[in-house]
Order: sequence, then C-alpha cells, then structure tokens
Amino acid sequence: MQGDLFAKKRRDSLVFFALLIAITCVSIVITKYDVEKGFTSIPKAISWAFSNFYPNEKSLEKLPDILLKLKETVLISVAAASVASLFALLFAIFGSETTGINGFMRKITRGIATLFRNIDVSAWAMILLFSFGQSALTGYFALFFGSFGFLTRAFTEAIDEISSSSVEALQATGASYFAIIFQSVIPTCLPQIISWVLFMIETNIRSATLVGILTGTGIGFAFNLYYKNLNYHTASLVVIVVVVAIMIIENLSNYIRRVIL
Amino acid sequence: MLLELRQVSKQYGMNTKALSDIDFSVKEGEFVSIIGPSGAGKSTLLRCINRMIEASNGEIIFDGANVLGSNKKELKMIRRKIGMIFQHYNLVNRLSVIENVLHGRLGYKSTIAGVLGLYQEEEKEQAVKLLQILGLEDQIYKRADQLSGGQKQRVGIARALIQSPKMLLCDEPIASLDPNASKIIMDHLRSISTKMGITILINLHQVEVALKYSDRIIGVNQGRVVYNGSPDDLTEEQIHNIYGSEVGELILDLGGKHAG
Amino acid sequence: MEMDESFKPISLEARNSMKSSHPGKMIKVKTITKETIVIQLTMIILAISTLYGFFTFDYKDIVFIESVVSALQSVKIMLFEPHLQHFTFGEAIFQVMVTLGLAFLTTLFGAVIALFLGLLAARNLSTRFVSNLIKGCVAFIRAVPTVLWVLIFSVAAGLGSVAAVIGMTFHSVGYLIKAFSEAFEELDKGVIEALRASGANWWQIVFQAVLPSCVTYLISWTFLRFEINFAVAVGMGAAAGAGGIGYDMFMASGFYFDLREVGLITYFILAFAIVLEILAGRIKRKLKSR
Repeated sequence: MQGDLFAKKRRDSLVFFALLIAITCVSIVITKYDVEKGFTSIPKAISWAFSNFYPNEKSLEKLPDILLKLKETVLISVAAASVASLFALLFAIFGSETTGINGFMRKITRGIATLFRNIDVSAWAMILLFSFGQSALTGYFALFFGSFGFLTRAFTEAIDEISSSSVEALQATGASYFAIIFQSVIPTCLPQIISWVLFMIETNIRSATLVGILTGTGIGFAFNLYYKNLNYHTASLVVIVVVVAIMIIENLSNYIRRVIL
Repeated sequence: MLLELRQVSKQYGMNTKALSDIDFSVKEGEFVSIIGPSGAGKSTLLRCINRMIEASNGEIIFDGANVLGSNKKELKMIRRKIGMIFQHYNLVNRLSVIENVLHGRLGYKSTIAGVLGLYQEEEKEQAVKLLQILGLEDQIYKRADQLSGGQKQRVGIARALIQSPKMLLCDEPIASLDPNASKIIMDHLRSISTKMGITILINLHQVEVALKYSDRIIGVNQGRVVYNGSPDDLTEEQIHNIYGSEVGELILDLGGKHAG
Repeated sequence: MEMDESFKPISLEARNSMKSSHPGKMIKVKTITKETIVIQLTMIILAISTLYGFFTFDYKDIVFIESVVSALQSVKIMLFEPHLQHFTFGEAIFQVMVTLGLAFLTTLFGAVIALFLGLLAARNLSTRFVSNLIKGCVAFIRAVPTVLWVLIFSVAAGLGSVAAVIGMTFHSVGYLIKAFSEAFEELDKGVIEALRASGANWWQIVFQAVLPSCVTYLISWTFLRFEINFAVAVGMGAAAGAGGIGYDMFMASGFYFDLREVGLITYFILAFAIVLEILAGRIKRKLKSR
C-alpha cells in the first residue's frame, strides 16, 4: 500500500510535468517566441535602460505638461471606480445569496456582472472608440465597465461572507428589506467596500495607461507620444511620474485599510 | 396556548426529511427546552416557527395567528412578537452595542425610518434600561466586536427583549460560551421567563442544563419528537431514546446525578 | 441576578409620540471614532474628486446624449450582427490560441521565478534584510503598468512576442511573489521548528514541509494569474504588437472600423475568459475540498 502511494504520486507528477512541457513547446511555437532572444534581450534591455532611459534636464521642462495629463488620468480612474462602486453595490445586493430578492434576479445580475468582468478594459476601450472617439469619455467608460464587473463580484462575496448572520437576526425581528440593507449589510461591509474601491483606483491608473495608448488620452498618450518620437528621456520621466503616483496612492490606501479594517 | 405546531414537516430535495410530523404546543410563560443530538433538526424546527425557514407541510398557530398562511405584512407582525437569539449572536460587529440593541425596534418602523436609523428617545431609554438590567451599562458605546462572547449574547438578548416579544426563540445560545458565561445567560433567560412572563423555547445540547432550567423538555431525534414532558419524568431510557444508546450513556455518566 | 421590576414593554402611546419624556436629554446612538472619521473622509474625498473630474474632463467635441445613443447602437450591431471579414473562423481560433500561449508562457515563467523569490521574501524562511529588499523591488515592479514594461523591453528586443512575454512576466512575478510569500508566511511556525530541530537544512524544510503544505494555494494563485494574464495578453496584442486576438481586435476597431468584426472577436474573448473563470473556480473548489 505504502509503495503504491508513492508510485502513484510520482506518476501523477510525471504526467503533470510532461503536460506542462508539451504545452510550453506548443506555446513557444505558435507565439513565435524566440527562446534565445528571450535570454539575451534581458541584459541588452538593462544596459540600454541605463544608458538611455532616465530623465535629463531637457525632459524636465515637460514635467508640468505630464503632471496635467497625470491629473486627468487619476481623476478618470477615481471617477470610474467611485461611480462603478455605486452600481456594483446595487447589483451585489440583488445578486448575493444573502440579500438577493429571488433566484431569477440573482441569476440575471450575476450574469451581467460576469459579462462585464470578462471583457477586459482594453477590449472595452476598442469597442467604445467608435462612439466616443479620442475623448476622456472613452477611457472613463472603459474603466467604468471593467471596475463595475470586478467590484460586483468582490462586493457580492463580501456581503455573503460577512453579513449573512446579522441579516438573519434582523429578518427575525421583522425589519423591512431596506432597513436590513442599510442597518446591517452596509455598515458591516462598508470598510471592505472602501478597501476594494481603493484597490480598484490603483488598478485603474495602471489600466488607464494602456487605455490611453489605445485611445490617445491621458498619461498613456503622453508616454506613447514621447516613446514613438524616440524621446526616451521624457518617456522615462512619464514612467517615474506614474510609479510615484501609484506608490503614493498605494501607501495612502494601506494607511486607510489599517485604520478601518 | 401561545404556540401550537400541528403535523409540521420540512423536506429538503426529494428524500431528505429534516422534520416529520412535529406536534406540540407551548403555554404562555412556559420555559421549554428542545434537546437532541446535533443534526436532529432542532435548528430547523426553531426557524420554521418564525419562518426563517419555510416548512413544507403542517400548521403553526402563534398567538392566534396562522403563521404559515400569513402574508408578508402579517408575518412582519408575527416576527416582531417573537425575539430570536442565536448561537453566534449575529450582531452587526462594527456598530455600537446600543445600535445593535435598537435593531430590535426595526420591525416597528416604516422603511424610511428603518433605513435612516431614526429611533425615538423612548426607545433609546428602553435600550439603556435593558442594558443596565443585563449588566452592560459600561459597554453601551463599545463596538460589538470588542465584547466577550457572554457580553455579546447579552446584547443579543437585549435586542430580542426590546421588541417587546411574547416569546423568545433561542438557538443554542450557550453553545459557544464557557461555563461561567453560560450560567449567566441561562439565569437571565430563566428570570425573563419568570419575571416578565415571556415564553421561552430554547434549543440546548446540554441535557443537565435543560433539566435544571426548564418547565418542560421536548426530545427530538431524526426530525421526530420522541419525548415531550416534564424534566422530572425524563428517564434514563428516554435519554437513550433521544440521543442513541452510546451518546446517551456518555451523557448519563457526565450529568448522571439526575437520572440516577 | 436582579431583574428590574420596573421593566415594561414600550407602550403604544410612547411609540407613536415623537416627543421624549425627558426633553433636552438626548441619548446619542452614533459613536464617533477615528475609524468612522477616516471612512467618511475617504468617501467625501472620492465624491469630490469624481465631481471635479466630470467638470474638468477633456470631452473634445463629444455630445454626450448623441454618443450614448450611438454607443448603444453599436453595441446592438456588435451583439446581433457579428461577422468575420478580414480573416476566417479558423484563423480567429488560432489567434485566440496565440493569446492563450502568451498568457501561458508568461504565467509559467512568472510562477517559476516567483516560487524562488517568494521563498526568499517570506519572513519565516529568510532574513529580514533579504525579505524587505525583495518586497521593496516587488512594490516597484507592480507600480509600473504592464504595458510600459512591454514597451520598454521592445526597444531592446523589438516589438513582438519576446518583449510581450518578458514585459508581462515582470508583473506576474511581482503579483505572484506577493501571493506566494504571504502563503508561506501563514505556514504553522511549529512545523518549521520541528524539522529544524530534527536537523533538516533549509532546502529539506522547503521541499518536505513548506511546498507540500502550500501547494494548493500556489496552484490556485497561479491559475488566477493565468486568467488575468489572458486579459492582459489581449491588451498587449492591441497596444504593443504582441500578436494574437488582441491585435486583430485593434485592427478591426482602429483600422478597418468594422463593428461587426469587433463584435465577433468580443464574443471569442468572452467565451474563453468565461471558460477560464469557470475552470479557476473548479480548481479552487477542488483544492479547498481536499
């Protein structure tokens, strides 16, 4: 018996690794991934970065302009996450096992959330480009839809995990549906909700860079512009500005989380 | 009779019967314990009474009202006359003690007042008074999650009492508590029954506690009532009957002073 | 055990009157703590920033209502009249496979690297200095958006799958190191202590105790990252020339202006993403039940 167990374990691992290697080979072939270049390009990229990719004095002149773009990107990210959180909360309440009105509504709301969650922000950007063109609204709606899908799932899980017991207690007192939502569900979940919204803002700023490149807005557009013109010094300044902004927001979020959770 | 159950059954799926043909009644002011092994259907039974779980069949009459046939509004009226106490207290952890107690008044409020959490001064005074009675006057503004288990359960009791209930349903109220806290909670429940005349229907898994505090004991096994009578008449054989022979033996060994 | 005899249920009259029996002496219900202040302040700041944002956005010449109507129309076309014009069904499937391949390579490289660095980043298996150093680097790596990593790498490696995979790997590594090291840190202290007491060295502890007890977490985090990487790979195909279905979508949307084709590609991506999500959920449940 003992021997069998070990032999089976070994066989399972063998099959697993063989499968892994096979998929890796197929992936390498179909993506035309050049393994050798993969290794050699890393030192090349590092040495290039050290000799070209840093801000110089001339690029600093562009700083006010870059900060303006950054401000727009941050505001879009915040607005998308905040407004999406309101809709997501509504959908999460109707979609949760604890507070959903009936099975049909639960299925519908969950289905809608799944749909929005599984279309990536970049795909949304390309879809919305038709109607909103190269304006801030394209980026806003792309981030809004992505945030909405993600937050709905996060909020639904939060409601089911932490408020089901107190919901039961309030149902037993004869409290009305909306009284239960506002007296029990929202107070218990509010810190979680805020924590997820802050997380969403960080994620949105990162995605906004990609969306900006696709739609020609905000900080992504600025980076793309300097990058395409081979003005790497200024492009590196954009990267630094983004990194600093994200780190500030991350630290702020962590502070808020420490206090409220 | 305050509460009457007739032929109440609960079925999950096609062939899982949680409760079958439950029949019993409870007088006003009575202290009734339901005992039985875990999984016997004690929790389901209690929750069928205020329709937290829908019974599949049967009839439940509470205070002259037909519980199973009532509409939404009538159910709300019935529920606010029945306070409920839970094993895990089921408080809103992030709110203060007094806010949790006042939640017991939500059944009396319009939706708007409930949503905004508008409480009258009388209600607040009542909440403070109840907390004093239960020995929590120093904890009024503490957050619920800063309390010990026994204190949380007393908040749960206060929340149930502020409903001005005719009956309390207690689902394993001391199962998560240490012996000292358990005694405090049971003493409070007993005096609520004696002094306020509130009927108590309580699920317990400790036989000796049930024997000590109850006016009557109902034994449940596999979704059926197998004993219904005074604690003094509960024999060794009946305990075996309720718990199955092996566990029954153990219980008799532990709390044997009574049955022997 | 004193039960106050004066306890009476709240009377009906008292219930109906809004006036207090002790006017002037209000009992407050809400308590103010640092926590409630921070929560409210956060919400207020978010609301103000949102409103301020809406007033200052660069809307160009967009007429809002008109655009929304046109957006709804285009969604209708995408949903109900999808077709393929510039490539065949088989090619579309192949391109999705390419995107999946990019995601797979990225996840594999990321997981292998993150496994080693995650061990070194875990407080209980490493020294404080090394752990802090790695965690600091990870914070930086995660702060740079993936698309920027890819574009930076493509200067040295040229636009294509190499730059995309390496650039995306950076982010995967950052994400997985954080997840893995936290899983390692949750490991029971006693287990490591027991093995150390029996004279086992670091490698033996890692392979006999740490990895076996964390393997379920590692797998479910890795698969979760694979799911994310699929979405990222779509974006990289569009923005950084990595190929795959993302590039086709970018062409259909920004070059051919073919709504119907964008619609069909969206269906493709959606179908695969949902399959991945269901698989991830299955794996998670299976691992949990073990």
